[in-house]
Amino acid sequence: MWRRIAELLIKEFRQLKRDRSARFRLLVPPLIQMVLFGYAATFEVFNVSTAVLDQDRTQESRALIDRFVRSSRFQVTRVVRDRRELGDAVEHSDAQLGLVVPPGFAALLRNGQTSPVQILVDGTNSNTALIALGYVGEISGAFGQEYALDLAQRTGRALGRPLVNVVVQERYWYNPNLNSRWFFVPGVIGTLTLVTIVNLTAFAIVREREIGTLEQILVTPIRPFEFIIGKTLPFFLIGLLQVSLIAGVGMLWFDVPFKGDPLVLLLGTCLFLTSVLAIGLLISTLCTTQQQAFASNFFVLNPMFILSGFSFPISSMPDVLQWLTYLDPLRFFLVIIRGTYIKGVGIDVLWPQMLALAALSIALLGLAVLRFRKSLD
Amino acid sequence: MRLRRVRAIALKESLQIVRDPRSLMIALLIPLMQMFMLGYGVSLDIKRIPLCAYDREGSQQSQALLKRFASSQYFSVQQVARNYAEITRAIDDGSCRLAVVVPEGFTKGLNDAGAGAVQVLIDGTDSNTANLAADYAHAVVSGYSSDVQLETVQRKGGTIQTLAPVDVQARVWFNEDLVSRDFIVPGIVALVMAIVGAQLTSLTIAREWERGTMELLVSTPIRPMELMLGKLLPYFVIGMVDAAFCLALAVFWFEVPFRGTLATLVFTTMLFLTVVLCIGYYVSVSIRSQVGASQIALILTMLPTTLLSGFAFPIDQMPPVVQGVTFLVSGRYYVTILKAIFLKGAPLAELAVPILWLTAYAAVMVLLAARAFRKTLD
Repeated sequence: MWRRIAELLIKEFRQLKRDRSARFRLLVPPLIQMVLFGYAATFEVFNVSTAVLDQDRTQESRALIDRFVRSSRFQVTRVVRDRRELGDAVEHSDAQLGLVVPPGFAALLRNGQTSPVQILVDGTNSNTALIALGYVGEISGAFGQEYALDLAQRTGRALGRPLVNVVVQERYWYNPNLNSRWFFVPGVIGTLTLVTIVNLTAFAIVREREIGTLEQILVTPIRPFEFIIGKTLPFFLIGLLQVSLIAGVGMLWFDVPFKGDPLVLLLGTCLFLTSVLAIGLLISTLCTTQQQAFASNFFVLNPMFILSGFSFPISSMPDVLQWLTYLDPLRFFLVIIRGTYIKGVGIDVLWPQMLALAALSIALLGLAVLRFRKSLD
Repeated sequence: MRLRRVRAIALKESLQIVRDPRSLMIALLIPLMQMFMLGYGVSLDIKRIPLCAYDREGSQQSQALLKRFASSQYFSVQQVARNYAEITRAIDDGSCRLAVVVPEGFTKGLNDAGAGAVQVLIDGTDSNTANLAADYAHAVVSGYSSDVQLETVQRKGGTIQTLAPVDVQARVWFNEDLVSRDFIVPGIVALVMAIVGAQLTSLTIAREWERGTMELLVSTPIRPMELMLGKLLPYFVIGMVDAAFCLALAVFWFEVPFRGTLATLVFTTMLFLTVVLCIGYYVSVSIRSQVGASQIALILTMLPTTLLSGFAFPIDQMPPVVQGVTFLVSGRYYVTILKAIFLKGAPLAELAVPILWLTAYAAVMVLLAARAFRKTLD
């Protein structure tokens, strides 16, 4: 049995070695994707282009604007003279945010009253707008608080004792600087592996069928089960190699720390690869031509990617889609890979995901083997 | 250039499409599926963040504060912890994204010193969610803080003295409620069109090579330009039908506001479709196997349009080099145009710059694609 599997293995690797374009497609796109994701995929917000309209022209208004100028979150690109100009700047995307300090701003402050500041923000990118508004609140809140305290001390108008003030002390765990690269890079590893392995497996078998070499193999003494192992084992090894390659790039180039136990990740990767191979195998039993295989892959891979929580939080999806995510091996693998990479947690925390992956693998593999036998008859 | 020859090729290609209903169904179904998947699956709105509460004091004040978290639409209290180990556990296994800890002596601090601190521990793994969660936590706590202040002042019969005198009045333009779907869905239309458009044509020439009909084609009097036009026309029609589907879904199903003019939309969509069809055709001519061609076409269209078009990730936040690369991505211009048409209602004149770029892009791609095909067999 093992000898027959070994023969098939040798054949597969030889085929891969001679197919230059396949080797290219195996190596280059993942690396490009990795670099692109590392650099391009970010939800962080810095240097929001800001137009400023100071209608008050007082020491206070200048002090507030100065805080915006000094913040790395905002970049004052325009100082405008009236509201029309401010509106135009936002309209033409010269500025994403407009800050208006209305007349009487300082007067109200000096009286100890609430004083408004107006913000105009381009909401086209709702996420950026939301985060930018958060920073506006932070900056003006800090300014107001310091001003009020100062005023109270100077005028002695403070009440007998300071007013109650509750502050938030926040601490970010695992990713203290909220570097979004830490979030994306491990995700890319899982996603790329999924795409490559499903494609490779599905195409390898469909091609044999299309070219007619499948029949040739079947007249040899090899058994269906051995054939499946011999056919999928190379891709399993390629998958492992790819994971280590991309993980290496992520750690060495993008400085994403690896805090967990590599063995836990290895176990998770093996389970994930098994389920992914089964999906590829299953697709191959449903298709007779490579074109069909390609379309089916696309049909399957894209939802898996979207539902995995790779960049869009699962908890924000409608309930029906949330249930569907439980059928997606990538969903579980992303928890495992992010857990081991960023959180540094071990098997004691990740066992439910491991179990789910194992269950999915068994179910998918069983289905694939059954269908595969049938498709040979 | 003979129109008769273009028509003949177009007719042949159309027949081929019609007689392969399975592929035609896929060409029409994939965009629909994609729109639904992405339209529902892609949401950056953060609501009901799972929260773990730990009340170390157990007083009226601490309960009042935690109740505010519970009643906020941004948080949902999943767990009430009794010690720090439980918090660690909940955040480690991901069942809670943040933990709010009210320390012992919270009320005493408020009464004596007028100051209290609440500890908020946030899972920073998903940095975007973490950032927003921290903002919402600040908002909840400062709401509590100012209400307590007001109460104290009123009890003393004093006039109001606020410690938060600067009031930010924000007005949001173009996407008033900051709904992420309204900002994502127009981009999805571009993404779907890019993928489907390039896929459609990536097989046309490669198929002729694989099936051996290329020799027949080469022996006819057809010119490269005519061949290209004839091959692209039927797919152009399918692509426009796909686009109509997607845009209609965006407006009527996902109810994204549509504020621009239809003519601008149709014109720019035709331009973009030309670009992606030509990319697919070019790849198909250069790579003579169907699998290779469709894979390369997918990589050339899906990846850049997802990452570098500004569809979800803001371009101005990327490093300068990557920003430079985005100018080479046709999706960048189309996404800009789509968002402006949908959300801003910008007229044709205002979009002159991206439209000009897109036109130039289309012209270059048509030329490249037309020149790529050589009537030789080697």
